[in-house]
Amino acid sequence: MFFVVVLHPSLLIHQLLLQRQLSDTPSKYFFLTNLIVLPVLQISSYPHLSISADLGHEFQLRSTQHLMSSNMPAVEHALLRQRTTDLTPIRHLRYTCVSCEFLVKMAKSKAARKSGETMKITSSCETVVQGTDDEDDEELQRALADDIISASEDEGGSDDERKHCKLLEAISSLGGKKRKKLTERSEASIQVSEFTVNAEGEGDKINLSDLIGTLDKTPSALIKTKKQLKNLQHNQSTLETPLTRKETEKIQREVAFEKTSKEVSRWQSVVLQNQKAEQLVFPLNQEPSGPKRIEQVVAGWKAQTPLEQEIFSLLRMNKQPLHDPVLTPTEEASLRAMSLEEAKIRRAELQKTRVLQSYYEAKAKRGKKIKSKKYHRVQKKVMRKEYLKQFDEMVKTDPAAALEELKKMELSRMKERMSLKHQNSGKWAKSKAIMAKYDDGARKAMQKQLEVNKDLTQKLVIPADEDEEDEEESAETLPDFVNDVEPILDQVNPWMRGKLSTEPMMEESNRLDPPVWPREVGKPGEGRDDQEEDEEQMEETEEESLLRGFEERRKLRQTEDVKVAPMPMEENDEGKKAEILEISDDDEEAVEISDDEEALEVSDDEEAGLSTFTSLFHGLVNHMELPADQPKAGPGLGQGESPALLEEGLVRVRTLEDVELLSQDISASDTALLTTQILGTEETDTQSATRQADKKRKKMIDPNEVLTKEAKVIEMPFAPTAVEDVEDKEEQRVIIKEAFAGDDVISDFLKDKRKQEEAGRPKVIDLTLPGWGEWGGLGLQPSRSKRKRFRVKVAPPPPRQDQKLPNIIIAEKRDSSIAAHQVCQLPFPFENPIQFERTIRSPVGRTWNTQNAVQKITAPKVVTQLGAIIEPIAREDLIKDNRQAVTGPSINLESDQGPQKKRRSQQKKKHKRKKN
Amino acid sequence: MAASSETMLKKPHVGKKRKPPTRYWEGTEEDGKNDGKKQKEGDNNEQTPQQNNTRTKKGGKRGGKRGGAGKKVISGKSDPFPGSAPVPEEKLKKFKRGVKGELPPRPQYKLRDVVIRSEAASDLAQKQNARYDLMLPEDAGFLEGDEDEDTCTISQDDIVDAVDITAGAKYFSLTLSQFGPYRLDYSKTGRHLLLGGRRGHVTCLDWQSKQLMCEMNVMETVNDVKWLHSEALFAVAQKKWLYIYDNKGIELHCIRKFNDVLRMQFLPYHFLLATASATGFLQYLDVSVGKEVVAICTKAGRLDVMAHNPHNAIIHLGHSNGTVTLWTPNQREPLVKMLCHQGGVRSVAVDKTGTYMVTSGMDKKLKVYDIRAYRPLQSYFLPAGASCLSLSQRGLLSAATGDIVQVYRDVWGIPVTKPYMAHRAKGSVWGVHFCPFEDVLGVGHGEGFTSMVVPGAGEPNFDGLDANPYRSAKQRQEWEVKALLEKIQPELIGLDPSQLSQVDHSTWEQKHEDRVQVLGFDPLAKEKFTPRLKTKGRSSSGKVEKRKKQVAHEDQRDVIRQTVEDRMKMDKERKEKEKKKAAAAGQKSALDRFRK
Repeated sequence: MFFVVVLHPSLLIHQLLLQRQLSDTPSKYFFLTNLIVLPVLQISSYPHLSISADLGHEFQLRSTQHLMSSNMPAVEHALLRQRTTDLTPIRHLRYTCVSCEFLVKMAKSKAARKSGETMKITSSCETVVQGTDDEDDEELQRALADDIISASEDEGGSDDERKHCKLLEAISSLGGKKRKKLTERSEASIQVSEFTVNAEGEGDKINLSDLIGTLDKTPSALIKTKKQLKNLQHNQSTLETPLTRKETEKIQREVAFEKTSKEVSRWQSVVLQNQKAEQLVFPLNQEPSGPKRIEQVVAGWKAQTPLEQEIFSLLRMNKQPLHDPVLTPTEEASLRAMSLEEAKIRRAELQKTRVLQSYYEAKAKRGKKIKSKKYHRVQKKVMRKEYLKQFDEMVKTDPAAALEELKKMELSRMKERMSLKHQNSGKWAKSKAIMAKYDDGARKAMQKQLEVNKDLTQKLVIPADEDEEDEEESAETLPDFVNDVEPILDQVNPWMRGKLSTEPMMEESNRLDPPVWPREVGKPGEGRDDQEEDEEQMEETEEESLLRGFEERRKLRQTEDVKVAPMPMEENDEGKKAEILEISDDDEEAVEISDDEEALEVSDDEEAGLSTFTSLFHGLVNHMELPADQPKAGPGLGQGESPALLEEGLVRVRTLEDVELLSQDISASDTALLTTQILGTEETDTQSATRQADKKRKKMIDPNEVLTKEAKVIEMPFAPTAVEDVEDKEEQRVIIKEAFAGDDVISDFLKDKRKQEEAGRPKVIDLTLPGWGEWGGLGLQPSRSKRKRFRVKVAPPPPRQDQKLPNIIIAEKRDSSIAAHQVCQLPFPFENPIQFERTIRSPVGRTWNTQNAVQKITAPKVVTQLGAIIEPIAREDLIKDNRQAVTGPSINLESDQGPQKKRRSQQKKKHKRKKN
Repeated sequence: MAASSETMLKKPHVGKKRKPPTRYWEGTEEDGKNDGKKQKEGDNNEQTPQQNNTRTKKGGKRGGKRGGAGKKVISGKSDPFPGSAPVPEEKLKKFKRGVKGELPPRPQYKLRDVVIRSEAASDLAQKQNARYDLMLPEDAGFLEGDEDEDTCTISQDDIVDAVDITAGAKYFSLTLSQFGPYRLDYSKTGRHLLLGGRRGHVTCLDWQSKQLMCEMNVMETVNDVKWLHSEALFAVAQKKWLYIYDNKGIELHCIRKFNDVLRMQFLPYHFLLATASATGFLQYLDVSVGKEVVAICTKAGRLDVMAHNPHNAIIHLGHSNGTVTLWTPNQREPLVKMLCHQGGVRSVAVDKTGTYMVTSGMDKKLKVYDIRAYRPLQSYFLPAGASCLSLSQRGLLSAATGDIVQVYRDVWGIPVTKPYMAHRAKGSVWGVHFCPFEDVLGVGHGEGFTSMVVPGAGEPNFDGLDANPYRSAKQRQEWEVKALLEKIQPELIGLDPSQLSQVDHSTWEQKHEDRVQVLGFDPLAKEKFTPRLKTKGRSSSGKVEKRKKQVAHEDQRDVIRQTVEDRMKMDKERKEKEKKKAAAAGQKSALDRFRK
């Protein structure tokens, strides 16, 4: 257990006081002085200990005999967290103390113990006294004193004046000076003696080991602390010796260097940029001179006076343009909205929708009016019945009207008789008459017609409305296509073929809804009105029979169509491969796609034949890969038996693939031609090349025949009349000489050239010394081996410039005069002469350049304003924009634009930086 | 001239099909197209301002080529032609200088920066030059005849009838039959004419205003006359010496160092007067300081054929053995020797661009060479042979055959069969010279001087800073000072004028040689040891020899000592290395004990 009691040294006084106050209660109290950490002190085992510590680190444990009795429980409470290491600067410690209250309580408890009661002292209160000021201390002390007083009052009941005075004195005596004296511990103990405190053995010092020794006896609860203590004992770590001055300085220097280098490196970019800059304009951060553009002026202007600010705020609020006073955003938006094209498009869209709407409305209206057949039937029936009823009534009520009605009927009869509409004379009837042989339905229809006729022509007493209507119905119920052209038997006739172009669509529709085919009876809607059905069975059957005929035919064709594909497979699988067949199928399809009308009409066998033919054709092509199947195709066509097939073949030869093949063929067949052509062209090319070469040769005279070359004769408009008069005799002589010199001109020249070449050739250095190692003398040559050995051969010079120019001698001697003006050493940043030469290739002077260009090219590297103070780059600039070059405007070489542009670009840069 | 009204009714020969010069506002077709496109773009911009904005932003980022594209100005209008105006490609090509280099691969910022900057500068210069090229709007045209009509048959009178009066006034002839055949020279601006008659008549005049500046007779044979840098001075090669007169005819100098001069050439940018003499000397006179630069003995006999290459200021001399030699003042030998004719060379002329050389010889041939590659391009046969040749600024060649002056067009291109123009002079032609910046050919002949009109001969655009035909006296003075300041030193004359912009690749030995040559001694050569004189018989010849021997080959000995030491060191090192190796190898063999 740690028992930590920290007391301010000034509290010692209170201890003393306490001692006095508690003096009537004999013996048992204790006090602990000055901030100490006492490890594992079981006070019970050391009842007579008084622990003291002076301002140093020294512990003093004194036995205060009467402090605690052995049976007093351990003082557990005053555990204060305070580190021992903090001991040293004592004035700055957080002073914690066990308050006087505690002490008082302790005293109380001790008083109580008199009555034989053991009390556990709990640390109910723990006052933490902070501060280092003397004032605080004094306050504390005052408080303590009060407490003490009160305690004493409580305690004793009768507190004499003397004690109080003493206390006051003690308090008043509190001061810096007397403190030391008061802390004298040893004296106190002697004084204490009057309170039966024995000062026996007060001078003895106690070692820590003695304290630890007791630990051994204590039970295992303290093992941990023991360990720690041991560690403490073992830990003999001393403070390291301070570093030498040199070393510390070195470290300091290093740190300082780092710091400064960091500081300086912030300038790096600026310095680099300035080094790189084309032109530096001093003083820095100048406003560019010269006239500004009005935009800049406007943009750069800021409202300063309150009036202006107010105006601007108003403008801003109303979203008026500030800088570019052209259009407000709303105006722009409106303009955008008013864009002509968009408006047009919108209008067109609206129109379209309106038109569509009206169209659909009309359609719906019409559709609404249209009633179904059944509806009409029912309607008619109802009408008929009603009519009959009316007629009956009419007969009864109004016979005149009934007579009228009868007359009407009579009229209709007459009409029928006149027109013979229901006789078998009409077109429909005639067609039916033909069909009637084979078709029951047709026959029936004809009979019906005749019956109608009979009815109509009969003179009726009672009007036979039903028949009439029946007749009408039958006419109505006949499908439209009855009147269409009959299915054409003669497929060859191209005129007939065209009509049926709609068929495939129908076919498709049939395919799409198969329930149509089996029977209409199965339909759910049909079941409702069976009666009507029964009534109209006749007509329906007729219709159906017709329809059935059509459908049957169609179905047949369908199946045939389906069959068409597999057919060739069966036929051709003897020797053909699957791929070929696929190709053929594809071909077939292609055929159908390309000309479906014909393909549909073609009969099965024809088609089959054709497909076989095509497959054969492809097989041939694929197998043999003969490019020349064009001739094959010819006889193939010829083999076709029927004229239809022939025709068909003619039509359908050109499918896509066929076309491709054909093109191949053509290409193949053409290749030969082409090659021949190419050969021809090559020949011509070579010819032309030779011709060109000739031309070149013509253009450039071969240097070998400069003199011998035949020259172009130039026609002269008029012949010269005057002959140059020869002045001097000498000249004449020269001329004569020249005239005759012509022959050896060439040889002279060649000789000269040879001589020059010889002179240019490096000479062999002969180092042979006659007489060395052998006999020497007049007429004796050094031996060949020796000559060979001592002849130093120099590397041959580079080929002469005039090597290939027979009529030219070019001097190989170096012209050193210009060397003095040439650059003899490559300037710094360049790596090779070519780079340098390219940079100086274009002239700089005014003779070759425009004034503007010259000014730009020769702009000085540093420009200073006359009379202006050039200050160093300010730190603020650096911080403001670290990356900004403090350069002036760079010389704009890319384009010839004014200064505004530059400024703008700079502004842009700034913006960018801001973004960054 | 008087009946001009009648003649005007005739079909004019000249200026019929001549297209008017392009003006800067006209532009080429492409430009127009571009403009049209741009216009469209502009329209689009107006329609869709939003899109345009985004586009311009992109453009701005890309490189600012179309920097101001559609940028709104304060008036709210956008620029319909954003960015700088385009420059036609051909013109850019015209002002291209050298090949663009690629950037150095390594990220060396300094080098990169330098390269980039120089590239940008040259680009800018090129572009601006191309742009301002439209300031030279004048275009040259040529005479074009009717169908089946040769232009060479058109006479000067016809031309004069057809052209305006000022142009017509350029055809005139001076009858000066007294003082024999004339040589002539035009000043650099083409304004002044200098005539030198063989029999001593020298005259200079402003030929356009026909104002006589001076006229005199030097009372001596005049071989050649030449204007110096301006019309204030001229040189006359007289019978014995070279004289310099001013334009008032006052003799300023008689240069006796230059004797028997037959032909002269003036190099305007170097202020050098090159003379070729009958004694075979080629001499250079620096007229700015009045000193002879160099006198080269060509060892080729009488030098009466001379021309200079305006491109690189090299002098071409024609010789009687059919060769043409090229000279600079820096070398004592010809740079190039070309065998051009079988007979002697009669005349040489060099193109303004320094590309072509035309020679005529005694073998009656006219040859065209490419003098960059020294290759013959064309060879013509003139029945009469050409005695004088002259090339105009625009590449017309005039050749004098007897008394006929013929002018050829484009002799180096497609072989010509007929002359472009021809004119019969009154006497045998002695000198022909094209007038700079004018369509005029001056012909000096036995009977005086004729100024011919040759359409398309002169450069229509003159450089006002270089040679301004209309300059005032003040301007001339100004120009003179500037020209003198910009004078090119004779050392810089060489075959390749761009050599100056190249790094000198010469070796140390070569440089040393040059130095020795310049200094006249070898600065690195060791002083010869001369033994000190000692008394008391110690300076006897034997002792002196001994002492000499002691010092003899000192440097050589040093070298030897050094090498020996080095070798020893090497040996030692090698041995140590071997030892170490052996140690590393570990095990000593049994035989090692026998090793020393």
